[in-house]
Amino acid sequence: MNVLKMTNVKKSFGDLEVLKDISVSVDKGEVVSIIGPSGSGKSTLLRCATLLEQMDSGELWYMGEKAAGNDEEGHTVYPRDLNQFRRCFGLVFQNFNLFPHYTVLKNLTDAPVSVLKRNPAEVKDEAMALLRKMGLEDKADAYPCQLSGGQQQRVSIVRALAMKPEILFFDEPTSALDPELTGEVLKVIKQLAEEKMTMVIVTHEMAFARAVSDRVIFMDGGVIVEQGRPEEVFGDTQQERTKQFLRNYQN
Amino acid sequence: MDFLNLLAQLAAGMGNTLLLFALTLVFSLPLGLLVTFGRMSTWAPFKNLGIKKEKERRLSGAAILADGDESLTQQMTRIERSHWSWLLAHLRRFKPVQFIFKVIIAILRGTPLMLQLLVVFFGPYYIFGVSLSASYRFIAVVLGFSINYAAYFAEIYRSGIESIPVGQREAAQVLGYSKAQTFLKIILPQMVKRVLPPVTNEVITLVKDTSLAFVLVYTEMFTLAKQIAAARTSVMPLFVAGVFYFIFNAVVAVVMERVEKSLSYYS
Repeated sequence: MNVLKMTNVKKSFGDLEVLKDISVSVDKGEVVSIIGPSGSGKSTLLRCATLLEQMDSGELWYMGEKAAGNDEEGHTVYPRDLNQFRRCFGLVFQNFNLFPHYTVLKNLTDAPVSVLKRNPAEVKDEAMALLRKMGLEDKADAYPCQLSGGQQQRVSIVRALAMKPEILFFDEPTSALDPELTGEVLKVIKQLAEEKMTMVIVTHEMAFARAVSDRVIFMDGGVIVEQGRPEEVFGDTQQERTKQFLRNYQN
Repeated sequence: MDFLNLLAQLAAGMGNTLLLFALTLVFSLPLGLLVTFGRMSTWAPFKNLGIKKEKERRLSGAAILADGDESLTQQMTRIERSHWSWLLAHLRRFKPVQFIFKVIIAILRGTPLMLQLLVVFFGPYYIFGVSLSASYRFIAVVLGFSINYAAYFAEIYRSGIESIPVGQREAAQVLGYSKAQTFLKIILPQMVKRVLPPVTNEVITLVKDTSLAFVLVYTEMFTLAKQIAAARTSVMPLFVAGVFYFIFNAVVAVVMERVEKSLSYYS
């Protein structure tokens, strides 16, 4: 079953057409990387999938259930209550967006307790276990501003995981980090991939995308130019545009 | 002895000053938040007015242009339509609640507080013919101050809310927080921390503004000082009143600094 399915997504900002009829689906346990130049629409696609941006046209499905569909004229209509679908996914932002006034532990436990109405003690135990797994248990009582960028991003991954999502989205998770700190974040994502977490990663880290993904999607100008297994896309590139993009990255 | 007497009299007037100061804060701080909500309202009831017709018109308009030569009447209707669509575009963007609160804030910040106090006190009689009891005098003073300060606080709150990175809202939304939860748990606490310095400014101004209550014959400290100064033909009482205000504001500054410090555990 598809965890995520998006069909014929179109999105414009004013006169600028950012997404031109894109369809993507992601299977359970699959790790998909989306690469492409700036302005290619990859972040917008992710924002449409995570309901931060509304599609102009197209359908969105989570776990086989329709979260948004087209009306007779082909415009996307969203239901009033989207929270049922928000529970399906987690999103890790480029700028972490941790809540600065909450401790690390409170960042992790607040949403499960106040949104999912789960038992606070149980949530806390789970959060501590996740922190231990990340080697961050001594940071439980620290505030985000006391952590390094890499630590903050790992905490924000844990915050998304604490909601037990079916699928995890990453929007350029290492772009705001020092090169020295990207490693620790990528290691965590890799570990999640090994645990068969379903993930969609928008990234500029080509070597990482190649190593970790089951499928790589190359986007440019609001369309999917090429997609396939990483060894196909990187090793046996078909499209001239993809070749050009990858060449620029090697230099 | 004479000086001690002066101090005692002014200290007694300070009681009224303090009362007005405290009541104004109690009412205007929360009222300001409500005004902020009104000011930040994005409700636009005419948002989708005539969208469909517009689309059809645009198609037919394109046809006329393609034709090249249009008759005078065609030109006239086209110009008329463009005026109409200009009006329509403005109507669609019109946010009535926001507009009303913008006007209210403009009036409250743009006219003297002293005048506003007079309007609040005499308005009910001169505008509506309602005569109110003598105790309304005090209510009018507190009401006038509270409404005026709420307008200033509202704009300070708005600046605080708008300065919080949009990512905070987005993170909360993705985690499934409701709008009320997002505001109360994520936005408001961060806003409070950010607005403390400008709020302190307003609070200090309020301490000194209480002297304007004399227009409604509310005998706060400065009114007394002026009376004593006139009776003794001496500026000493006014000078002592200045010292009283200074001490009062020094206390306000220390308290607000403490509050700021208590919120400095994160940045």
